Amino acid sequence: MHHLKVSKFTLFLGALILLLLIISLFVPLWRIELDAPQYPEGLLLLIYPSKLGGDVDIINGLNHYIGMETLHAENFIEFTVLQYIIGGYALLMLLVLFTKKKLYYYGYTALFVLFGIIAMIDFWRWEYNYGHNLDPNAAIKVQDMTYQPPLIGYKQLLNFGAYSIPDIGGWIFIAVACLLLIGCIKEFKSKII
Amino acid sequence: MNKLQSKTGYYAILAIIFIATGFHCKPKNAATAATGDASKSYIAPGKYDAYYNFVSGGFSGQMSVYGLPSGRLFRVIPVFSVDPEKGYGYSEETKPMLNTSHGFVPWDDLHHVEMSQTNGEINGKWVFGNANNSPRVARINLKTFRTDEIIELPNSAGNHSSPFGTENSEYIVAGTRFSVPPDNANGDVPISSYKQNFKGHISFISVNPESGAMDIAFQLKTPGVNFDLARCGRAKSHGWFFFSCYNTEQANTLLEVNASQKDKDFVLAVNWKKAEEYLKAGQGEKVKVKYAHNKYDEKTHTAISEMRTEVTVLDISKLKDIAYFIPCPKSPHGCDVDPTGEYIVGSGKLAAVIPVFSFDKIQKAIADKNFETDYEGIPVIKYDAALYGEVQKPGLGPLHTEFDGKGNAYTSFFVSSEIVKWNIKDLKVVDRVPTYYSVGHLCIPGGNTRKPSPKYLIAYNKITKDRYLPTGPELAQSAQLFDISGDKMQMILDFPTIGEPHYAQAAPAELIKGNGQYKIYKIDENNHPYVTKSESESKVVREGNKVHVYMTSIRSHFAPDNIEGVRVGDEVYFHVTNLEQDWDVPHGFGVKGATNAELLIMPGETCTLKWVPERSGMFPIYCTDFCSALHQEMQGYVRVSPAGSNVPLTFSVGKNTSDPKANANASNGDSIQ
Repeated sequence: MHHLKVSKFTLFLGALILLLLIISLFVPLWRIELDAPQYPEGLLLLIYPSKLGGDVDIINGLNHYIGMETLHAENFIEFTVLQYIIGGYALLMLLVLFTKKKLYYYGYTALFVLFGIIAMIDFWRWEYNYGHNLDPNAAIKVQDMTYQPPLIGYKQLLNFGAYSIPDIGGWIFIAVACLLLIGCIKEFKSKII
Repeated sequence: MNKLQSKTGYYAILAIIFIATGFHCKPKNAATAATGDASKSYIAPGKYDAYYNFVSGGFSGQMSVYGLPSGRLFRVIPVFSVDPEKGYGYSEETKPMLNTSHGFVPWDDLHHVEMSQTNGEINGKWVFGNANNSPRVARINLKTFRTDEIIELPNSAGNHSSPFGTENSEYIVAGTRFSVPPDNANGDVPISSYKQNFKGHISFISVNPESGAMDIAFQLKTPGVNFDLARCGRAKSHGWFFFSCYNTEQANTLLEVNASQKDKDFVLAVNWKKAEEYLKAGQGEKVKVKYAHNKYDEKTHTAISEMRTEVTVLDISKLKDIAYFIPCPKSPHGCDVDPTGEYIVGSGKLAAVIPVFSFDKIQKAIADKNFETDYEGIPVIKYDAALYGEVQKPGLGPLHTEFDGKGNAYTSFFVSSEIVKWNIKDLKVVDRVPTYYSVGHLCIPGGNTRKPSPKYLIAYNKITKDRYLPTGPELAQSAQLFDISGDKMQMILDFPTIGEPHYAQAAPAELIKGNGQYKIYKIDENNHPYVTKSESESKVVREGNKVHVYMTSIRSHFAPDNIEGVRVGDEVYFHVTNLEQDWDVPHGFGVKGATNAELLIMPGETCTLKWVPERSGMFPIYCTDFCSALHQEMQGYVRVSPAGSNVPLTFSVGKNTSDPKANANASNGDSIQ
């Protein structure tokens, strides 16, 4: 029966993951850095689990020229549910730590990776809608031009360069995924032996 | 042959005559001999200057801000004169700033500047300026680069000896240039009764160390002389103030002759700590006067002018141990105290020497009562008893001295048009360099503080002549920058200035840049009584013949931008709130036919333009400051109907009459009448 339980090392990883997930509730997940000739100091859009931060009002003010919708956190279901999902993952980890079952640990890892994939797909969909649903009466209309920010990396959108990268929370999620995988490899190896 | 011989003889005779008379070649023109060094003043595009330079605008009434060493002009701060470009003195909010006991005064003559200090060093909070014509002192806030406060000075006429401050800006002083009958006396007296009826007054304006709020703490009543410049004692002489004065002859006409008769005029040494004691002891006389005190509130974006009616006066002719005269040759202008506080340098405009007085010797002379006489009840210390020494043959027409903190003084010479560097200890001239032309004041960053920053020296010249491309009879004013980091002063730049630059001060860029400057006004903190915090709150309200337009501006439209129902004879108040909360996005506001000015509204600010249309018709409004790609579209109309018209008062934005939806809504916006 003993081989069905996770090792102390993996338990330690799990505790660390629990702590990281709690921290991620309070820090931005993602950042989109914008710069333009008129904004040498740059503008910043920060995406938190429960809100938007940075220069939201200024970006909204500028985006009305190209007919983009203004960003308001209350218009996105994500900002309501994401914090509960992360909280849920934290609770699930607590369950894994209590039961110490390997199977649960593997399952948790699969669920977390799934969450990461869905989150990125959702983020892409969100960016797509934001960049494509343009007001037909916008002042500035450029043939075939859409304004979808990059999922990750750099893209030039008219006079603005947009640079999209994970913020602290994003890096935490990447770290959590890595830690989970390290735990899995460790457990998997011990099973073979 | 004979002819040739006679010619040779002729030349020989000429040569003998030239040698005998000591003939010299005409010296090379100094101007053509001088060279600049552009590499030392060059600041690459996008790079910052090392110093902010706050320069008096003279008869422009304003203060200008330059970068050093580039000499680039950054900003002209409106202070004592109206500025239609910024709406200063024209907007309803700023009109009270220029109120005085004489009513609204739209102009003055700003001569000197003083940066606020802590422990004898510049602290980067405020800069003060004086009004030389209608006596006032202004305080400019260096977080906004705006004039926050102006206080008028009673019993004064020509506030020239001002706005010099103490080591912690406890006081800013204001000595009257003209002596006049005091305000509570009958001024309708013969001018020839100068000696009986005319008095001098020096105001000590207290400055709140937190808010900067000014108040006239007390005035010193002095004999009827002319006060010119002043400096506080510092370090060991903290607690004293030194004022140069001329016309101790007490002439009332043709002063250029009649006030130049005596070999020596005076430096007045004031023990202001003693004055504070007398004030506390109730020795001051409360005098009925009238003066305006104007304050700008950055939360309401509005200035309020209050008329004050009393000032406390201490008579230095009657109070003991408060003031002493020190003889100073001749009609002194500058009266400058070195960084240690020990040496006081008098600059007699007509003097052949520069006298340097010793604070220790002055104290000893006072203790020993080493007085030669008294002048209207004030002891006159013996010249030799106060004198440290004289700089011999320094130049012609010394005016003003600044210090480098390394033991050297730099004195400007108007008549011989030069700057002379001399050593304070041994009183020897070290270096001299010409200026183009006729320098007035000098500035070394921190040159009036305990810790000067002796890299640069700037000369503010009185005559420009051929230094720049000519522009007809009226030429640019001029300043010249010198590198004083080496043993020899080296001119590195000429730069033109606005108005007439008198005195200026400079401070390291980081001190001003990092002082918590505003980028915007927060709209949430806007307490203007007519603020419009969102477009949905914009409206037009009629109160009798007054029409209040609560208007917003944001890139790139006004709300409302269509207004109808205004009538000829109405007083229309456009209260325009700039809703932007982004740096460097001001909006302007202009209306056709307005007889005042435009508005220039910073992000989060509310400004009001009063407009009284005098004929019916269509009046365009537009944004004057290129705010965005669609700035040119930022416009609208005000329809003006004849007096008594029944066109309803309506307003709207974004509803075109050609738009069938808008037609269905008929008259859009709310009709309030």
